[in-house]
Amino acid sequence: MALKGNLRDFSTTQLLNLVNLAKKTGSIIIEGPGQMAQMAFRNGKLIYAQMGQEDGNLAFILHKAGKLNEEQVKVLRARAATAGDKELGLLLINAGYVSQGDIIASIRTHVLDVVYRLFTWVEGIFRFEPAIMPGEDKITVPIDLENVIIEGTRRVREWEHLVDELPSLDLALKFANRPNVNMAEKIKEMKLSVEEWRVVHFINPKNSMKAIAKANNMSDLEMRRIVYSLIQAGLVELIRPEGMARPAPVTSAGKKAAAQAASPEGKAQQTNVINKLISRIRSL
Amino acid sequence: MQTVKMVITGPFSSGKTQFIQSVSEIDVVSTERKISSEAEKIKESTTVAMDFGRITVDAELVLYLFGTPGQKRFDFMWEILSEGMLGFVVMVDSTRPETFREAKSILETFRAYAPTPYVVAANKQDKPEAWPIEDLRIALRLDPNVKLLPCTAVDKEKVKEVLLELLYSILAEMEAQSA
Repeated sequence: MALKGNLRDFSTTQLLNLVNLAKKTGSIIIEGPGQMAQMAFRNGKLIYAQMGQEDGNLAFILHKAGKLNEEQVKVLRARAATAGDKELGLLLINAGYVSQGDIIASIRTHVLDVVYRLFTWVEGIFRFEPAIMPGEDKITVPIDLENVIIEGTRRVREWEHLVDELPSLDLALKFANRPNVNMAEKIKEMKLSVEEWRVVHFINPKNSMKAIAKANNMSDLEMRRIVYSLIQAGLVELIRPEGMARPAPVTSAGKKAAAQAASPEGKAQQTNVINKLISRIRSL
Repeated sequence: MQTVKMVITGPFSSGKTQFIQSVSEIDVVSTERKISSEAEKIKESTTVAMDFGRITVDAELVLYLFGTPGQKRFDFMWEILSEGMLGFVVMVDSTRPETFREAKSILETFRAYAPTPYVVAANKQDKPEAWPIEDLRIALRLDPNVKLLPCTAVDKEKVKEVLLELLYSILAEMEAQSA
């Protein structure tokens, strides 16, 4: 019988629990809003995960984990473009660039990163395909699902809290205004993590949080977590990004009135409306 | 006939319905329902869709005041209500610090929906347990240039002051855009 449904009715947590208890082998394919993801399992253990069109090859994974620099990735892509992950892994170990442990740890982190992001999906059509497994060239790392489920559930709770606190990443950040304190200078004296510094570096009214996350290759969760701690410490504040459209006040006359409002006559008319409202409310 | 709209928002039981009631020329068209949740039983009923008040300026201009539902589970209404508004008032119950975080979150959400001018009204300032305005500013992490106004929603004059301050901000923003 086909195992398929919607995450709205059967969550990622429940799916992983099912795979774990039934010790399933195969892949779960999820078609989320705008993105597709795959998680593969062998005998109930997670072995592989891929998010949409994101780069999932070994060179990228090792670069993300800080084991290879950008230049090395470029060279590898030019010289070993056709090599699969297993072949590339052997090449890198033999050349002394990385150890086997580095490769396993980096793949594990990458797979878990994809799966934890899937925990935050609340909508998406899923199906279980017993015959679909990762390609022969892929390095798979078996991961017990119990800990993944516990950690994923914890992250969902954190995610929900952070979304409550920071509903939109379309806003930008600015250093907080405190009398007689240059916040940009003060931050330099503070002990921030590397990730926090990466965010602070991009603080500018022109950069939305979404843009900062993209520039730093950070997930929405990581971005929200860092911004939340900076806000809680009173170091930064949210502002509307420069260039974001400020909608002119719209009246019941609809779009036509909005278009008219942009003209000098429209602005004068709007000012007149506000002055009338002020007079009326004063007279109440 | 031209109609314009302002939105009154804020956490559950912050005084939005009373605020509109104090200045509306009609009885507020309310969508209140009896509260069933034990945790939220600090009042008998609450707004589930919106409150609706009216102030007629003249034969050609009417101001509508829309109050949003305060409970999080009705927040799907917020975006609909914020569409086309002149500006908004965020009501905060100065006596209930447990709602300050939610008030800040609602403020940020509305700013994201529609970046129009807004003011924050610190309600129930007549109560002895009300937090002082400057402490509230820190607790709500409000920028010094955000208007945080003392308010008592049952007092018509105080409500008028809040609405006037919002209108002054709207006017100032229009002038700044024209300059």
